[in-house]
Amino acid sequence: MKILESKSISKYFTDPVEFQVLKNISFDVNKGEFMTLVGKSGSGKSTLLYVLSTMDTDYSGELIIDGQVTGKLSKDELAGLRNEKIGFVFQFHYLLSDFTSLQNVMLPALKLGKLSHQEIEEKAYQKLAMLGLSDQAMKLSSKLSGGQQQRVAIARALINDPLIIMGDEPTGNLDSKNTRIVFDIFQELSKNYGQTIIAVTHDDDFASKSDRIVELKDGEVIRS
Amino acid sequence: MNINAQIAKTYIVTNKKLTGVAVAGVVLGMSIYIFMNSMLMGFDKSSSKSIFKSSPHIRVYKDDEISKPLVNSNGKQMLLSNPKIVPSKNTIINPAQVITSIQSMKDVQIVTAQVNANIFYNSGKSQITGLCSGINPEEANRMYSISSTIVEGNLEALKGNPNGILIGSGVSEKMSLRVNDYVNITSSKGVNKAFKIVGIFKTSNSVIDKSKSYVNILSAQQLLKEGNVYVTDINVNISNPDDAEKIATLIAARTNYKAEGWKQANETLMAAQRMRKIIITFVSTTILLVAGFGIYNILNMTITQKINDIAILKAMGFKGKDVIRIFVTQAVTVGVMGVIGGMIMATVIITLLQHVYVGGDIGYFPITYEVTKYIQGVVVGMIITFFAGYIPAKKAANIDPVEIFRK
Repeated sequence: MKILESKSISKYFTDPVEFQVLKNISFDVNKGEFMTLVGKSGSGKSTLLYVLSTMDTDYSGELIIDGQVTGKLSKDELAGLRNEKIGFVFQFHYLLSDFTSLQNVMLPALKLGKLSHQEIEEKAYQKLAMLGLSDQAMKLSSKLSGGQQQRVAIARALINDPLIIMGDEPTGNLDSKNTRIVFDIFQELSKNYGQTIIAVTHDDDFASKSDRIVELKDGEVIRS
Repeated sequence: MNINAQIAKTYIVTNKKLTGVAVAGVVLGMSIYIFMNSMLMGFDKSSSKSIFKSSPHIRVYKDDEISKPLVNSNGKQMLLSNPKIVPSKNTIINPAQVITSIQSMKDVQIVTAQVNANIFYNSGKSQITGLCSGINPEEANRMYSISSTIVEGNLEALKGNPNGILIGSGVSEKMSLRVNDYVNITSSKGVNKAFKIVGIFKTSNSVIDKSKSYVNILSAQQLLKEGNVYVTDINVNISNPDDAEKIATLIAARTNYKAEGWKQANETLMAAQRMRKIIITFVSTTILLVAGFGIYNILNMTITQKINDIAILKAMGFKGKDVIRIFVTQAVTVGVMGVIGGMIMATVIITLLQHVYVGGDIGYFPITYEVTKYIQGVVVGMIITFFAGYIPAKKAANIDPVEIFRK
């Protein structure tokens, strides 16, 4: 089952000079797939991820997520779609430093507003426990170590049980031990929970262990 | 509490220092705004109060009439080339009827007849020119509260005493006259009469103190060799002095005499009052605006600090309007705290000033708690705070998360 379809997506940067960063990119991602996007610096892999994430709407071509053509949606509708269907994990973890780990994890669910505060809190606590962070729940996120922060960020990405989890260098500044932990989590999510993972990485070891590698070079898919 | 408000609250609580500074700015701006505007109203009230000590709300009198230049039918040729004042008496005909007619009008409170006579005070060889007002002591006291200005003797003694006179403190000093002394008065009609001083008054206006005196209306009519229907002025007080001009036109239309409101009669003072109002409004609004700039600045700083937070919130599915709500909530919270603090501080300042003695006939600092100014301050303050928050929040809402993540 296709969860995400990219149909001849092209994107240009106009500043400082016009430059085609993505050239007619087409591929499908199936449900439960653990996919990594690889390529050298400047190959356009991060740019592609932001297009797939619906945050960057300045492109030509078609992006279909869970059967929905995103090009027709307004910015607010896209925000709603992200909230419900996509979870994000970034290289620099990007937790809200004034909030505790638990609050950080709860935020997307509170925004979605489908469950009561009590239920969300329980669920967030479960996710943290699953990632081995139950003892860090009440700590301010800025007081955690890098590896712990990244795991909190993953817990946050999972709170709304999204269809797709997107990672931009999710292991970019983690040591090998934490990288392994993150990889194991991703693998478990795709295997046991059927969640789709799309992660940009330049860690060849990390990529080689994933289900599928899509490699970009100069804005073109050279392997998928 | 919804999630946006919760985030706003967290930002307020974790940035206590910034919040404190912003609140302090609003408190200061707010309190100065309320205080200055209350002071303005106090000044206006006290200045009109001092005007009403010597002039009525409306004065009805017979204006000098200029003889009409007779013109022939085609409007070209003047038959009278140098029109002048018609030599007629400045008297109001049938004053009793005019008074009853005015009294029957709406909003009119006191109507009293007055006869003004230009006179000389004589004592030995010294002579001072002055103005003698013939009054009905009881009505005139209700209108001008003369008794409150009396420093020696009393007004009661003037009632029904055709030989009694109240003189200004300046006249009394210059001629060294005391209560129970006699003063000789010569009118412009050559009538000479000795009056017994029953009281001395002192107003805030030294020109009045140096020239004015009050006698019974009958005595003034005698000084002018006139009968008891001779009345030069009819003074009218109304319930709301601000309506004076409007009612004056009604009176003029009804009686056919000139009716002049107090604002018209005190144009210079009114101009000064307007100028004061412009300056104080300008200054106080500016101060409040500066407080708004404080909030604006601090919010801008918060947004710059939290730019990563905003990007991540947007990535997680927070909409532009959610971001606006977060920061506007923060600004409005600061605004509400500042406004409440400002009202408390304004009340404290006003209370303290009310106990400051400034002297003169003003006495204590003329300031009261003006509820309308409090409300006005709150409304203006909240509007400014809202926009001080909305403008940076709008900017934050337009942040492109991709741009932040790519850095």
